Amino acid sequence: MIELINVSKRFVDNVVLDGVSLQVQEGETVALLGPSGVGKSVTLKTINGLLRPDTGDVIVDGLHVQRLKRKELAELRSKIGYVFQYGALFDSMTVAENIRLGITDETCYDDAQYCVNRVQECLRLVNLALDVTDKYPAELSGGMKKRVGIARAIAGKPKYLLYDEPTSGLDPVNADVIDGLIERLRDELGVTSVVVSHDVRGSFRVADRVALLWQAKIRAVGPPDQILASKDPAVQQFLERDLEMTLIQAESQEGREARGRNV
Amino acid sequence: MANRAELTLDPLRLVARSSLRSLDHVGRFSFLVVDLLRGLAEWRIWVSRTLEQAVAVGYGSLFIVLLVAGFAGAVTSLQTGYQFTGTLPLYYAGAVISESMILELGPVLTALILAGRIGARYAAELGTMRVTEQIDALESLGRSPVSHLLLPRVLAGLLVVPALTMFANATGIVVGYMVAKGSLGLTYGDFEYGARYFFRPLDLWYSLVKSYCFAAAVTLIPCYIGFNTQQGAEGVGRATTTAVVSASVAILLLDALTTRLLLVAK
Repeated sequence: MIELINVSKRFVDNVVLDGVSLQVQEGETVALLGPSGVGKSVTLKTINGLLRPDTGDVIVDGLHVQRLKRKELAELRSKIGYVFQYGALFDSMTVAENIRLGITDETCYDDAQYCVNRVQECLRLVNLALDVTDKYPAELSGGMKKRVGIARAIAGKPKYLLYDEPTSGLDPVNADVIDGLIERLRDELGVTSVVVSHDVRGSFRVADRVALLWQAKIRAVGPPDQILASKDPAVQQFLERDLEMTLIQAESQEGREARGRNV
Repeated sequence: MANRAELTLDPLRLVARSSLRSLDHVGRFSFLVVDLLRGLAEWRIWVSRTLEQAVAVGYGSLFIVLLVAGFAGAVTSLQTGYQFTGTLPLYYAGAVISESMILELGPVLTALILAGRIGARYAAELGTMRVTEQIDALESLGRSPVSHLLLPRVLAGLLVVPALTMFANATGIVVGYMVAKGSLGLTYGDFEYGARYFFRPLDLWYSLVKSYCFAAAVTLIPCYIGFNTQQGAEGVGRATTTAVVSASVAILLLDALTTRLLLVAK
């Protein structure tokens, strides 16, 4: 279980999180929604100890993250897969080497045959062809990079998966593919996931529960239907704004397709 | 807005803030050094990466280091000829060229070149990795960025810089002799006599100790600055410039310090 208790974090004068509390049950997928710059990624980074909260407590798998020693934190992190917003792939390494680095068990990591098999298995799980293994991140498209990032995150068979804006910067078609992938990984691997996003439609598709982060606080938490029915003006404002964006994106996609047909 | 203007104009606050920032750097740099020492235990991670880095930075820097050392030797030879001809025996030129290269020009010029080449490379590489979250990614996989990224770079520098310094010393002396032979008519026998007459084994040790100190400056400072880069592409540019300037200043300070401690104390 992942538990944030009254977590606060500020950067100089900017209060990013102000008493945020959230619980994610075993096997559950929670989408953390909110406008850009509201502290969603910061929340995610406090969960795996990349950032320390100023006050409050973060408990993952029964362990208080801030109180862990270096080695204990490394052990905990090996149970947490983290999908970065821009992939964060190691650009001097091939796709296969990137994914292999995600194998956190040292015995398995040293077993070359296991690594080859695991890399191929992860590529299959994220719907990527095996011929990308020798390519470098610079040779991949945005959607492929995201998928390699997910493959690296699941290579160590984590218990928890944290997704930081997995569909940002992608066109609606590729965003749908990634959302489908998150759903499939949830069902096939049974991991506990936190998905940070500002894409309402995708989040509602993959999440068991949705939390809205608004002005450094959790404004609403609940199943997607309950959030959709919320009368809270902030929730409504956020949902309406995102719906508008979805419509604009869909119209622009249709326009591109029509132009493509005419050409 | 008014408050901010007051804050920046208050000299006391400015001094306090910059002192705190300096202390913060000292503290974080010390922690980094401790982490590097701790990381030595994880030899399985850093050995192969160190060799890769050493080949990359050593082989890549060899040409420019030898070129600069050769020119330094040639110019020293010409200037020695200009100043000594007709006043001192010619064999003094052998002593001046070899001692200048071993004691000062070889180590310092090599280190300054490498501050630009290796220092800029390390700061830019690590800075880019920081701003593109590659370092965070490594940490999130439960792996230590110090053992994977910093230690191999620092150790590669400690291997490569002294070796390049010795090559630079030799090249400078050989080129210096050739130029002296051509311009002053210095024979090999005279050059060798002068070089041997003033040479002490301590000189070579001094050159080596100096090059190790410079290697530490050339690697540790850029690694620290690159590792703590912030704010995107602009931050990487700033980190790279700061790393080269800081490493160069550190080399000059260490030059004065090692000379005072190792030569003058004698």
